Amino acid sequence: MNDAWFQQPLFGIAITVLFYVGAQLLNSRYRWLNPLFLTSGGLILLLLLCDIPYEAYSAGGDIITFFLGPATVALAVPFYKNFQKLRDQLVPIVIAVSAGLLCGLLAVWGISGLLHASEQMMLTMMPKSVTTPIAIEIADLLGGTPELAGVFAVLTGLLGSMMGPILLRLCRFRSDLAIGAAMGTAAHGIGTARIMRDSEIQGGISAFAMGLSSILTPLFCIPLIWWL
Amino acid sequence: MRGLAILLGYTLLGNAIHSLLSVPISGNVIGMVLLVVSLFAGWVKLAWIEETAQFFLKHMMIFFAPIIVGTMMFFGVIGDQWFAAAVTLVAATMIVLLVTAGVMAWQSGKAKERTYE
Repeated sequence: MNDAWFQQPLFGIAITVLFYVGAQLLNSRYRWLNPLFLTSGGLILLLLLCDIPYEAYSAGGDIITFFLGPATVALAVPFYKNFQKLRDQLVPIVIAVSAGLLCGLLAVWGISGLLHASEQMMLTMMPKSVTTPIAIEIADLLGGTPELAGVFAVLTGLLGSMMGPILLRLCRFRSDLAIGAAMGTAAHGIGTARIMRDSEIQGGISAFAMGLSSILTPLFCIPLIWWL
Repeated sequence: MRGLAILLGYTLLGNAIHSLLSVPISGNVIGMVLLVVSLFAGWVKLAWIEETAQFFLKHMMIFFAPIIVGTMMFFGVIGDQWFAAAVTLVAATMIVLLVTAGVMAWQSGKAKERTYE
C-alpha cells in the first residue's frame, strides 16, 4: 500500500482544482463567500476527515503553488497599463501606505498588550501585513518566532481578502486608488488576488502597494522596537 | 501558448538572476520588473501575453490555497495565546485597511478641491 492513490501529485492537484471550481460556483451564487476560504477550508476538512497526511496532499499542492511564479510575473500587465496613474499618484500612495502600516504596527502593539499576549507573540505579529518570506525574515530580526510569523502573514492575507471588500464598501470607499492601496497594504498577495477578481486597475494598485509595504515595513519595524 | 511561454521564460530569467546575483528580491519580482521594461521597450507586445496574464491574475487565489492548507500544520504551535492572536490580527487588519483607504481618499479629495478652484 506504499503507492496509495492519494500519494500521487495528481491527487493534490485534482482536489485543489475541483474545490476551487466548486468554490467559484458557490461564490457566484453567494457573493460574500470568499472563494479562497471555501477552497482551503474544504481541503483542510477533507484531509482531516479522511485522515490523509498533509505530505500526501502537498506533493500536488506544491505544484499548484509553483504557478504563483508566473502569476507574479503576469502582474507586469496591470503595471504596464496603469503606469501613468501609478506615477502621477506615487507620493499620495506612499503616504497612504506608510500611514496604514504605522497604524497597523501600533495596533498590534496596543491590542496584543491589552490582551496580555507575550512580547514574543507581539514581535511575531508585527510583520503580519507583508508577504510570507519577508515576514519570516523581519520576525527573525526582531526576535519573534519566524515560522509562526509566516503563518500569521498567510492568515492576515486571508482575513484581509475576506473582510476588505465588505468593510471598504460599508465605509463607502469607491475610488480604485483607495481600495487597491488598502488591500495591498493590509493583505499583500492574497488581498491582491482577491481584488484582481473585481478589477484589474485595483489589482495593479494593490500589487504596487504590496511591493511598497515590503520595502517600508522593515524600515518602520526596527526604529519602532527601539522606541517601545 | 505563446503567452505562457513568455511568462514562464521571464519567471525562469528572474529566478536565474536571483540565484546568480543573490539579490534580496525574489526571482519572480525580478522577472516581473524585466517584463514591464520589455513591454515599454517594445520587445514584448501586450497582445502576446494579455490573455494568458489575465487568466493567471483572475485565478490567482487558487495558487494560495495549498499555502493556507499548509498553515493547519502550525495550529498547535499558536497554543494558549490563540485568542489574543486572533483578536489582534482581525483588529489590526481592519485598522490597516481603513487608515490606508482613508488617507488615500482624503488626499484625492484635496487634489479634486484644488482642480475646482
